Amino acid sequence: MARKTECLAMLLAGGQGSRLGILTKKVAKPAVPYGGKYRIIDFPLSNCINSGIYTVGVLTQYQPLELNDYIGNGQAWDLDRANGGVHILSPYQKIQGTDWYTGTANAIYQNINFIERYNPEYVAVLSGDHIYKMDYSKMLAFHKEKNAACTIAMLEVPWEEASRFGLMFTDDDGRITAFEEKPKNPKSNKASMGVYMFTWSKLREYLIADENNKDSSNDFGKDVIPAMHGAGERMFAFPFDGYWKDVGTIDSLWEANLDMLNPVANIDLSDTTWKIYSNNPVTPPQYISAKAKVQNSLITGGSHVEGEIDYSVLFSNVTVEEGAEVKYSIVMPGAKIEKGAKVQYAMVAENAVIKSGAKVGEDPQECANLGEWGVAVVGPGLTVGEKAKVKAKVMVTENVEGGAEI
Amino acid sequence: MRANNVLGILFTDAYSECISDLTALRTMGSVPFGGRYRFIDFPLSNMVNCGISKVGIITKSNYRSLMDHLGTGKPWDLSRKNEGLFMLPPFNQGNGSYSGRIEALKNIMDFIHMSKEEYVILCDTNIVCNMDFGALLEYHSQKNADITICYKNGNYPMLANVMRFEINENSRITGVSVPPTPGEGEGDFAVNFIVMNKSLLERIINQAIAGIYTTFEKDVIMKNVDKLNIYGYKIDTYCSVIDSVQSYFNTNMDLLDPVNREAVFDRSNPVYTKVNDDMPSIYGIGSSALNSFIADGCKIEGEVENSILFRGVQVARGAIVKNSIIMQSCYIGEDACLNCVIMDKYGVIRPRKSISGDTSYPIYIGKNITI
Repeated sequence: MARKTECLAMLLAGGQGSRLGILTKKVAKPAVPYGGKYRIIDFPLSNCINSGIYTVGVLTQYQPLELNDYIGNGQAWDLDRANGGVHILSPYQKIQGTDWYTGTANAIYQNINFIERYNPEYVAVLSGDHIYKMDYSKMLAFHKEKNAACTIAMLEVPWEEASRFGLMFTDDDGRITAFEEKPKNPKSNKASMGVYMFTWSKLREYLIADENNKDSSNDFGKDVIPAMHGAGERMFAFPFDGYWKDVGTIDSLWEANLDMLNPVANIDLSDTTWKIYSNNPVTPPQYISAKAKVQNSLITGGSHVEGEIDYSVLFSNVTVEEGAEVKYSIVMPGAKIEKGAKVQYAMVAENAVIKSGAKVGEDPQECANLGEWGVAVVGPGLTVGEKAKVKAKVMVTENVEGGAEI
Repeated sequence: MRANNVLGILFTDAYSECISDLTALRTMGSVPFGGRYRFIDFPLSNMVNCGISKVGIITKSNYRSLMDHLGTGKPWDLSRKNEGLFMLPPFNQGNGSYSGRIEALKNIMDFIHMSKEEYVILCDTNIVCNMDFGALLEYHSQKNADITICYKNGNYPMLANVMRFEINENSRITGVSVPPTPGEGEGDFAVNFIVMNKSLLERIINQAIAGIYTTFEKDVIMKNVDKLNIYGYKIDTYCSVIDSVQSYFNTNMDLLDPVNREAVFDRSNPVYTKVNDDMPSIYGIGSSALNSFIADGCKIEGEVENSILFRGVQVARGAIVKNSIIMQSCYIGEDACLNCVIMDKYGVIRPRKSISGDTSYPIYIGKNITI
């Protein structure tokens, strides 16, 4: 039997992230590369270890191979532990049939046995697809202080964006008085960040009740939270004011990457007191050649740069040959930009090859119809042939022949 | 030969005195090199890449940084239930430390004796070389050799006890000379990666305990060249033996050449090192980086050219860094200017200071120094 753990975390990492298209065709969204050397899941995992939460269950379902491989035994995050540590929790076979996780609440319900092994007082439920640095221990202290059944991390978002979020209304004490799910005319700008802290005895009760309710969709946001609220449980909003981004779409993923170069965005990953850990390939340092020109960019180990880089993020082992240009773009691990190719306002996925003279993406100012502009994406392992052209907003899902225009 | 039948032994102090500035506070094995490495990473990675799974680390003083770097051996996959990494600091030595290779080996006799491996490979750590130890081990058994010593042809290192070889057409070493003082010249000389049968090494150590042998090179190899089957194994890839601050500087700068870089960081034989989890390096607006080898976690606002930057170096706006080696977490202030400088860890150059050496005489700035 495992030793008692005060607080453990359950990380929801089974999402497909269908709006990321080709980028999540073969990997779950939490395994999508971000910020030069990270993957999205590094953020909640690093937050856990930095917050003193050493037992983490990672709930996987969609395309888990790469994610499982990446997490491994958790050593990269110091989560390889004698007691606790990281556990991958996939759907499993039971005496009476086998169920996929039918919703976020059902995923936790199916793993009640895992949670009970550690006999926790509190359970944090986290989402595996947000970029943020947060001290969950402060949230836990807040939760205890308020004697809450459930505490939801809350971010004040700009009013014009509020309609995209699940919103909360609170009283002076921070207690949640009402919820509003993606309203057309928002009356609050206090958005839920998808980070929950529960008192385990309460959560357990509501998970079982939710499971027995045939009409429920077994989702935290839609079912469990409203049920708790309806029953008059003590629910509080924990204010957070740092950087937080949901990278659910191509544009937001692109933006979130470039935010690392934006001092105003306030996502400082150089802070050694709150490191974001990651599991990286073994690479030598990056080499910037005498012909290269690098401005306002992030570059990481194993990359070889001979071309021109401006306002871009280069992951590990990227090659940019002489005369190639990379601007306002994200180039993921192992990708190769050959001589004279031009990549702008684009995301080039892992191990893709942009052949010489090819063009990927367009500058919005040169785009005839701004409404049709968007970030171009080249899928993992694909080749864009010599002198081919990939227009703005195009998502390349198969190899592009030389000279072709799509 | 099965690689897990080979015991690795590293001498982390050998030749420390040749770069005494850099080794004042550390062992030769833990001298920073190449942006994110320590010297020991190279022979140690060679060992684990060929499948050696038990490695003893001989060290005699100043080994805090070495132990900090190696930890449990995890980055080299040597943190294991069976075998793995063994730190071997001085033990049961009346006067605290030992001098020379033979005495060091005497000191770890029990460790060697208790190891079940049939062969040993002895390596110095002042050697930058990424080579296939598997091929070396294969060669040793193919030749049915008692001892196989790596060698290269070139200028003799200016180090004590460097063996110079005469080698016949069968690669058998027929003559060994060790000049009383290091001297200039050119020829085949030993690169201290040495393979031998463990039983032979034990016999040699026992004879040394009996007082027959005192130095490894002169008494063991030179005197036995006719009696034992000693073979040379020519290193045909990039290999640099560090013998001075100048060669330390040059070997770092060699990494700016793509051919050398490919050889030293051969992707099929990765060089492992301690992981620091720095963020990627940031190149600011108006910065310039040319022909430079830069580790993660750097922040470059000024100009960097023909240089090696270790992890977490900051180059402020207007600063110029040329032909220099800047170690971990150094800060180069605004409009400061460095040329041909080796700057040890955590140094600070205040704004507008200027320091210049020459490519033939790089200036060394010590650890934690503020200028």
